[in-house]
Amino acid sequence: MATTTGSGISAAAPPARAPRTPSGNSTRTFNIVCGVVLGVFAVVWLIPSLWAIKTSFTTNAVSALGTPAILKDTSPTLASYLALLEGGDIWNWYLASFLTSAITVVLTVVFASMAGYALSRLRFRGRNVVFGVMLLGIMIPGQVLIVPIFEGLGAVHLLNTYWAVILPQVPAVIAVFVFKQFFDGLPVELEEAARLDGAGYWRIYRSVIMPLSKPVISAMGILTFVNVWNNLLLPLFVVSNPKLMTIPVGLATVQGSFGQRYSDIQASSLLGALPLVILFLIFQRRIVEGVAGTGLKG
Amino acid sequence: MSTQTTTSAGAVSLAARGGARPRYADNKPAWLFLAPFVLFFALFLVVPTIYMAISSFFNTSIAKSGLGSFAGFANYQEMLTKREFWDDMWHTLQFTLYTVPPLVVLAFVFAVLANRVRRGQWFFRLAFFVPFILPSATISLIWVFIYAPGNGLFAQIQTWLGNAAPTPVLADPKTAMVGVAIATLWWTIGFNFILYLAGLQDIPRELYEAAAIDGTTPWQQIRYITIPLLSRTTSLIIVLQIIASLKIFDQVYLMTSGGPGTSTQTAIGLITNTAFTDFRSGAASAAAVLLFIVILAIAAIRQLIERNQERTA
Repeated sequence: MATTTGSGISAAAPPARAPRTPSGNSTRTFNIVCGVVLGVFAVVWLIPSLWAIKTSFTTNAVSALGTPAILKDTSPTLASYLALLEGGDIWNWYLASFLTSAITVVLTVVFASMAGYALSRLRFRGRNVVFGVMLLGIMIPGQVLIVPIFEGLGAVHLLNTYWAVILPQVPAVIAVFVFKQFFDGLPVELEEAARLDGAGYWRIYRSVIMPLSKPVISAMGILTFVNVWNNLLLPLFVVSNPKLMTIPVGLATVQGSFGQRYSDIQASSLLGALPLVILFLIFQRRIVEGVAGTGLKG
Repeated sequence: MSTQTTTSAGAVSLAARGGARPRYADNKPAWLFLAPFVLFFALFLVVPTIYMAISSFFNTSIAKSGLGSFAGFANYQEMLTKREFWDDMWHTLQFTLYTVPPLVVLAFVFAVLANRVRRGQWFFRLAFFVPFILPSATISLIWVFIYAPGNGLFAQIQTWLGNAAPTPVLADPKTAMVGVAIATLWWTIGFNFILYLAGLQDIPRELYEAAAIDGTTPWQQIRYITIPLLSRTTSLIIVLQIIASLKIFDQVYLMTSGGPGTSTQTAIGLITNTAFTDFRSGAASAAAVLLFIVILAIAAIRQLIERNQERTA
């Protein structure tokens, strides 16, 4: 696993040189203490997930008995998972979450990168105004707008469609700024060469800029995907048809309907998160870079 | 290049210095590139904001189309004099006070420690960051189960520690918000952890090496190098965190639905209840505008602080 945040930037002196400095040994001891303390915290942090996993692999009858029974149980079973996957609800939720997340990602990445390109590379009247309005837009707290967005979607008869979940999430202003920031750092020579060859702006954007921007495209794409997948507030109110519910909304209905079936509840909560965990394991560097980018450069 | 793009003033001066292209050479293509995003931006951020501001002065209802009758400042007056509004704002503030300090301090500690550990960083990233990408619904289901009165993991741990009558965390008005805050701390610390790790990478190693040669202890290095150089990251994290905490909805809705009683009802909960349960979207808009102003003010304060920091830097 290549760790960009890893060994290279370690604050401590490299081991070969450590003993030469007077504080070398104490530094090493300090580092070991750091590792141990952090390890304890990390284990504490893992307990809730491990507990949910353990519970999901017991039967409902055992988990209903409580914590000691779950801890003592030594015969893991897939019963809860199989029941959920047979039920069909979870497949509808998966479909809704995949479709809404994927379409939003495509629209956001294409539109935000185009806007970022214009703001980074093109000279036009009103540039400062656009820039300022977008900066203000970053501050607009999306959740607070849930009521007018609901009414607007109702007015154009989009409630209870996937579009009601997709469209309001497309204008992620932060993405424009992350793209702009990235484009600012690209060398201008390639573009000039392309322009001499007679390429237009669209051609330059598509054939020069975008191919160079794969890291930021994937980082923004994955972050948008995670955000849309996890959004609860918007789909909770704009979708009431159970067939169109996304994973978070579906999960929100689970608790009441499952009653004391703790194993089923935990299995469904983990199934809802599973695609994102897989995504994280595959793309963890991109996700981490994306988070660092949205925070520091926004 | 950097001067050309970072500020339009740079672009202007470049053009003025006899650059090949005039100042507004790209008007038409630029607007074509901006159009799709600006359209969405207008439809789903600008127009809703304006509509929210307008409807806050009307008796708008979700059950009927149109704005309804004019209400003047009645919605605002109602909200500002209503006990429930101030209670819910207080709960929101309570949640903010419970979550922001540990989310900043612990994230800093974890990041500084992880930065010193040379091997197995992937493990810490997994442990701290993975909860952040899980849906709030998953988080809530996990923690409601942990807090389950009587037979949950937390009650069991209390029993092991000798507490014969464990507190039912989420069922007690005094502890419910703390319970939600702990789940939130567990869930979101990874984001700040990553921001701090990224900030630590930007600190030149030579500073530490020079300090080590001068015989400073690791504590002194943290006190005099790490903390000051991360102050920008810290102020960013604090503001992001305060704003996120003011917008809290998911965990409360899923874990306690505002209860027991109304002890964990927060601002967004009040807004959605007023709009979608009482069908009074005009009144909800007034509450939303008030919250909106608070959030905007905090964001603006941060801009001012940042500008000051840049000036003194």
